[in-house]
Amino acid sequence: MQTRSAGDVSVSRSAARKPRGSDKARSEARLGWYLAGPAFVILIAVTGYPILQALYESLFSFRLTAPGDREFVGLKNYGVILTDGLWWSALVNTALITVVTVAVELVIGFALAMVMHKVLGWLRPIVRTAILVPYAIITVVSAYAWQYAFALTTGFMNDLLGLGDFDWFANKWSALFVICLSEIWKTTPFISLLLLAGLAQVPADMTEAAKVDGATAWERLWRVTLPNMKASIMVALLFRALDAFRIFDNVYIMTNGAAGTETVSSLAYNQTISRLEIGLGSAVSVLLFVCVLVICFVAIKVFKVDLARARGEG
Amino acid sequence: MAGRWRTRLGILSAATVLAGGLTACGGSSTASGTPTLNWYINPDNGGQQRIAADCTAASNGAYAIDVSILPSDAAQQREQLMRRLAGNDTSIDLMSLDPVFVPETSEAGFLAQIPADLQQQWSDGVVDGAVQGATWKDQLVAAPFWANTQLLWFRESVAQAAGLDTSQPVTWDQLVAAAQAQGTAIGVQGQRAESMTVWVNAMITSAGGTIIENPDAKGEDLRLGIDSEAGRAAAKVMQDITAAGVGGPGIDNRDEAATANLFQQGGAAFMVNWPFVYAQGKAAAEEGTMDQAVFDDYGWTTYPAMSQGQEAKPPLGGIDVGVSAFSEHQDAAFQAVSCIVSEQNQAAYMVSDGNPAALESVYDDPTVQEAYPMYDTIRESLKAAAPRPQTAYYNEVSQGIADRWQPVSSVTQQTPVTSQEYILEVLRGERLL
Repeated sequence: MQTRSAGDVSVSRSAARKPRGSDKARSEARLGWYLAGPAFVILIAVTGYPILQALYESLFSFRLTAPGDREFVGLKNYGVILTDGLWWSALVNTALITVVTVAVELVIGFALAMVMHKVLGWLRPIVRTAILVPYAIITVVSAYAWQYAFALTTGFMNDLLGLGDFDWFANKWSALFVICLSEIWKTTPFISLLLLAGLAQVPADMTEAAKVDGATAWERLWRVTLPNMKASIMVALLFRALDAFRIFDNVYIMTNGAAGTETVSSLAYNQTISRLEIGLGSAVSVLLFVCVLVICFVAIKVFKVDLARARGEG
Repeated sequence: MAGRWRTRLGILSAATVLAGGLTACGGSSTASGTPTLNWYINPDNGGQQRIAADCTAASNGAYAIDVSILPSDAAQQREQLMRRLAGNDTSIDLMSLDPVFVPETSEAGFLAQIPADLQQQWSDGVVDGAVQGATWKDQLVAAPFWANTQLLWFRESVAQAAGLDTSQPVTWDQLVAAAQAQGTAIGVQGQRAESMTVWVNAMITSAGGTIIENPDAKGEDLRLGIDSEAGRAAAKVMQDITAAGVGGPGIDNRDEAATANLFQQGGAAFMVNWPFVYAQGKAAAEEGTMDQAVFDDYGWTTYPAMSQGQEAKPPLGGIDVGVSAFSEHQDAAFQAVSCIVSEQNQAAYMVSDGNPAALESVYDDPTVQEAYPMYDTIRESLKAAAPRPQTAYYNEVSQGIADRWQPVSSVTQQTPVTSQEYILEVLRGERLL
């Protein structure tokens, strides 16, 4: 005769909440691990190893051209960074670029997604291709194109706007404006593509029912379409925010951090690649990684982003 | 089944071809046993490539030189070379180095030690500044190849109209007054880049100062001379240019090429710049993108002085050729360097690429004199020139200056002291850059 302890009761309770799968389900799960396992291991190796290496290097004062002077300094590099105004100004710039570009891209991207969704017939592929073209262009190429457009020597924007000799890249705010503009132009198609997928998931009968009930287009948008797209919007926001926070190419090409336009990535580049100060640069990179983790945490926990639902599994 | 075997065979043959290709890339010798030397060069008009081909032919099979091109910006050239050398990359045999990065490369042990007889041979008859630039801790560690210097360029007609006597040394004060009187600009390099250090260093040394007082010291022990009378005199020149409104459009984003274009297009009637601007102007006139009359109006004299009676110390640039400590063919590389920096090659390179020779005798060559009517001014300028700070920490010092002395309109009498404090904090590892 078997007796049951309190522990067994709790196990059976949890089993009741989450019923154990059948043999078939378990063997499918096992097969899933066999198939995904190698990819998982490789992923850990290619992402985990550099992160751990950066964490380790960040504890040293180490200059690539003076390997003999390598010295363990503990958390000193982090102290130097977090007490330096340059780090905070770069962080504010990066956050500003992220918030502005993601907000504008969300609005324009949604409008473009609606256009792509509504347009029918032979025009549909043409419109979709036209909207996606900027995203297909390499960021460095697009950065040069925007820089040339606004530069004093080669640019046409000053003539177009009647601004004479105004030097866009000599002033922090005008330089950030061009950087944001270029970023928005380049990545709005990405957001609109994610939102288009969301739009396609909104049940047509629900919209139809609202229409029959006399809801206006505006009410249908706010009460039916957007709530049904929540997961897509959140995923689009998360992906773009992470992408925007790592901004490097546009800043590097247009100002290289001059006029107070330094970002967190360009700061990491400056310490690691330009100065060859591997320890300090690794510490900046680790802090950048922490910022990215915070964004992920906030997006997933606070805004309740459900990645599985966005993939259509919900 | 047959299809699968075909696929496997395809993959196998692709892998074999790839492996063969990689072996060819990594190999440094040809089948005949002639060592192939890889020479990493700064981009130019093809002159170094021609020299490589000529020296290969002249070596009679002792070596062959392959050329790899580095990025155009000096700082990026350093980044690429240092990262490769730090990884003990044996594929680098020869490298064209900006003199300011010679101490760092040598101090890190990345340069092969040059035999005493070659040190003597490569420095004989070379202008003093170029030898200084290629020397670290009293040893010649690279071969001076060409030695650049900046001149003051002006439009003859505008200088005349302003009553500027260019037969005598011109001062910055006179230049600002002339530009203001004629409603034109002075082309200077105000970009947050290495060119800013070139300008600041030239002004500080011309005023009798020095940026680094103990160049051999370790970073945290370096003593700087930016916060000095000379430093404040340099800051005053920038303040005067801004106050007189003669900086010209886009001063804060202007490098040497942009300055040359501004001068060519008439946006500035005066500029300080390297001699390549003459070859560039000549080409523009020949191609018809600039009036011949404008090119005929080009005038030149030595770099502006800080005050009357105080001789200017013009900027010194150029390129040295170093042999990598990790090269597997160092003897052949030394032979190749002797060929590259020969008098004949320096003269040909000056004519073809507009870069002044390091050997003084080259300026007596009639072809050089014909191509560069200002050859005597260049020689005079090279003799008076002062190198930029020779230190293993040049990058920190230079970036620190570029960061604090830019934009030009923000420079005040406080800039020397704030920039000095900032650079010292960076060198002590207390600040980000």
